[in-house]
Amino acid sequence: MQRDQTGDRSRESGVEGSNAADAHLPSPVSRLPSSLRPGFWFALPALAVIAAFFVVPVAAALLLSFTDFDIYAIADVRTLRLTWGANYVRLIHDPRFWTALKNTAYFVVVGGPLSVATSLAAAMLLNTRMLRFKGFFRTVFFLPVVTTLVAVAVVWRYLYHPRFGLLNYGLAWLGFQPVDWLGDPRWAMPAIILMAVWKNFGFNMIILIAGLQSIPERYYEAARLDGAGGARQFRYITLPLLAPTFFFVTIMTMIGYFQLFAEPYVMTQGGPADATLSLVLLMYEEGFRWWNLGFATAVAFALFAIILTATLLQFGVSRLRAQPGG
Amino acid sequence: MLSTTGGCERHKPDATVEMWAMGREGEVVERLLPELYRRHPEIQVRVQQIPWSAAHEKLLTAFVGDSMPDVFQLGNTWLPELVALGAVGAIEPQVMDGLDLDDYFPGILDTNRIDGSLWALPWYVDTRLLFYRSDLLAEAGYTNPPRSWDAWMEMMHAIKQHGGSDHYAAFLPLREWQTPVILALQRGAELLREHDQHGNFEGEPFRAAFNFYVELFRRGLAPASGDSQVANVYSDFAAGYFTFYVTGPWNLGELQARLPAGLNDRWTTAPMPSPNDTYPGISLAGGSSLAVFRGTRHEASARQLIAFLSEPAQQVEFYRLTGDLPARRTAWESDALRQNTRAQAFREQLQALRSTPKIPEWERIADKIMLYAERAVRGDLTVDAALAALDADVEVILEKRRWLLRRRDEG
Amino acid sequence: MKRALQTTLLYGLLCVGVVLTLLPLLWMVSASLMPSGEANAIPPRLLPSHVTFEHYRDLFTRLNLGRYTLNSVYLATTITSIAVLLNAMAGYAFAKLPFRGRDRTFQLLLAALVIPGQVSTLPLFLMLKGFGLVNTYWGVVIPGMASIFGIFLVRQYAQSIPDSILDAARIDGAGELRIFRSFVLVLCLPVLVTLGIFTFLGVWNDFLWPLIVLTDRDLYTLPVALANLVGEHVQDTELMMAGAVLTVLPVLVLFVALQRYYLAGIMAGSVKE
Repeated sequence: MQRDQTGDRSRESGVEGSNAADAHLPSPVSRLPSSLRPGFWFALPALAVIAAFFVVPVAAALLLSFTDFDIYAIADVRTLRLTWGANYVRLIHDPRFWTALKNTAYFVVVGGPLSVATSLAAAMLLNTRMLRFKGFFRTVFFLPVVTTLVAVAVVWRYLYHPRFGLLNYGLAWLGFQPVDWLGDPRWAMPAIILMAVWKNFGFNMIILIAGLQSIPERYYEAARLDGAGGARQFRYITLPLLAPTFFFVTIMTMIGYFQLFAEPYVMTQGGPADATLSLVLLMYEEGFRWWNLGFATAVAFALFAIILTATLLQFGVSRLRAQPGG
Repeated sequence: MLSTTGGCERHKPDATVEMWAMGREGEVVERLLPELYRRHPEIQVRVQQIPWSAAHEKLLTAFVGDSMPDVFQLGNTWLPELVALGAVGAIEPQVMDGLDLDDYFPGILDTNRIDGSLWALPWYVDTRLLFYRSDLLAEAGYTNPPRSWDAWMEMMHAIKQHGGSDHYAAFLPLREWQTPVILALQRGAELLREHDQHGNFEGEPFRAAFNFYVELFRRGLAPASGDSQVANVYSDFAAGYFTFYVTGPWNLGELQARLPAGLNDRWTTAPMPSPNDTYPGISLAGGSSLAVFRGTRHEASARQLIAFLSEPAQQVEFYRLTGDLPARRTAWESDALRQNTRAQAFREQLQALRSTPKIPEWERIADKIMLYAERAVRGDLTVDAALAALDADVEVILEKRRWLLRRRDEG
Repeated sequence: MKRALQTTLLYGLLCVGVVLTLLPLLWMVSASLMPSGEANAIPPRLLPSHVTFEHYRDLFTRLNLGRYTLNSVYLATTITSIAVLLNAMAGYAFAKLPFRGRDRTFQLLLAALVIPGQVSTLPLFLMLKGFGLVNTYWGVVIPGMASIFGIFLVRQYAQSIPDSILDAARIDGAGELRIFRSFVLVLCLPVLVTLGIFTFLGVWNDFLWPLIVLTDRDLYTLPVALANLVGEHVQDTELMMAGAVLTVLPVLVLFVALQRYYLAGIMAGSVKE
């Protein structure tokens, strides 16, 4: 509050009126008291938005998760009960939570590496020196990234159709039995993963290309002089030098994949038999379908804790790996 | 008309009644309105169409977000929830023009009464029964639809044998809770017990019905692969991919419109078969109702609108447009309905109805029934395990209800 | 010989990749031009027996798609212009204008990146309801006005602005706002274009939030309208495909037109430490 008041004045002098700023020459910025420095005012609008519409709701979510806030409480707030850890206990005993967790983990553990591997393969191919039409290939591979998920999910739903879909038609042509992609609990998650890989690999590909390009060509030349073949070059030059970029890509993909939602929401509504129910979808259902906000926010925080743990684990592993190698 | 001021603009001028209607109803209800406008030039109605699949959550979201329409259609099983929220205003029949409550089918009207008050008016009835391909049934050696579960089972086996492995005897959408619940009500199951405070799904009647339902899939009579196998119910019904289809009256119109003309006398409807010697077997007192938002600023107009849509003449017209079956008996006396033999099966079915428990949690419980039925069908869980899990989940869902009832009793 | 084989293999693999990548999109376009019922044929058709635009006509006349397109354009441009400005200011400050607690704040922001956005959605909805912003455009615009990622992106780039330029401007008597306007914005243009496209695509493609916040049909964005359409017309494959084409096409065009900046921005933003 206090800050706001001083703020208004200093905005006049520091930021909006360039005349006032002129008075502080030659190096006005560093001499102002720190809270009045223009940097603060430059950052303030964005920070205020983030604080008000992200930080505050997150804190509120944490509080909600200790209550039984539900549809009755929306109608009559006197029915709101403070239940402390009850939502979290219920979570642990709810088989659907474990189903959602298992499915999400499946998506992250299988889909994540598959995505990154596809991106890496595409990046390596496109990074070949003599390749022509690089721009064309790059654009094409990136196209799925910019498409609207809801729209392409609709398209894929038809591609996956067990009787009319192109995919099964292609498989039959290759001699495979038809698969009920979205109707069979065993295949629904692989189907979602396949679509996610298609949709996302272009993004990581671009980042990995940038990483590959930053590896100096002379390393490869030296290796070739030493008689190292393609595989050895990949193992001893590309991989270690690409490691930071690769690490970044892996972490970002993992965090993103933990938040699986729109694909199953549009394609399967979490079915068949909850085979594609993800944690975010569970949260959405409990929250926006049934208005069990207390329970839903507990799901959200469980997800947050899981992502945080997984991220820290990744950091730990990469540090361990980095140490013995030097 | 894009507003540059963003949200500050309200889209409705004051005299306009905002109405939400689902699916096909939302598309055609506007065609009834010119007559209302002629009689009441001061009323303007703006209809918004909501897809059925999102309708329930959309209504709740609108209520929580203070953006409710003045008048809305709702599935009558949702009513207890919206009443508990205080989202609907009670209907006072004495102030409604030309409203004759005795003219409604009692089983349907009753679903709109909670704690002695009437909260909505039935718009159309949506009970489920058998749609079937009479030609395929005849090919399998039967001229009449089944009257008992045993006969039904026998016919389905015959059809399956006759049709071969890529044809099915029945199509029961796995994404609907209605079929297992209907079968259970037929067996006389009380779905909940002790003033609807606990689930009763491990009880014998429900278990028997659930077994029967799951068997239909396990024996390969109905496709267990789910709805994704069926891209287009109508073309699959036309192709004879399945013979029986347990569904509701809206499909009278849809099938009529979408099936090839040559098929017209090769499909019809029949009431539900029954597990004992009564006939017809019980079905659900389902249907859509019209309710007025409690916080509406256009109460008089909103009331006029639902009174108008409830008139027998409008009900008949609405039937003509959608195939939805009127909730009023007078409307059934019209030629349009009497000439429709397929609708007559519904008339018969309307004598044997039961409703689901009238508690706010019902929709969530129904969702769980659907989930566990699907898991049992897929062999994911045994019937015993599925029912035990269902009861356990329902116990959690009803916890707040038990607390509220206890609190009410104490204070 | 080995070289030729390698080249063939390389182009072969890439062409397979191109076909697999484009197939869903091409089939979408093709199916949207098929007469009703043709997309559900056995064997599946790749091309329409004859091209028809009836589904597109349907979408615009009966199903009001023009309106939803305008809504999407309006929302995406509004949010993009505000977000680029606010994030640019903050990103520049975090890179070049020291203030008390700046570095700690930035660390906190980075840490907050791990929090899934969905955690905030439920209370945010209740907050916006409190402000009366549910079912208004502002309900969608306000939470999107700034983003941690955007600040991060601009900061990374703005760090490369030489201090000498800024100091020279200050010595010449330029105020901080003018420096920002005349130098920073210009020097950071590439990253701002990237951020702009990024935000635009994000808003255009966003589904969950507009689905929850916008209840009035007239406010729907394209993805919400499309999901609604799926609920209603799932039987009409060809119509759905036409809807999908119309939803995807604008962003594809935007991307192809501006891809040079966009891709360069992603590359620059990610590799720099």
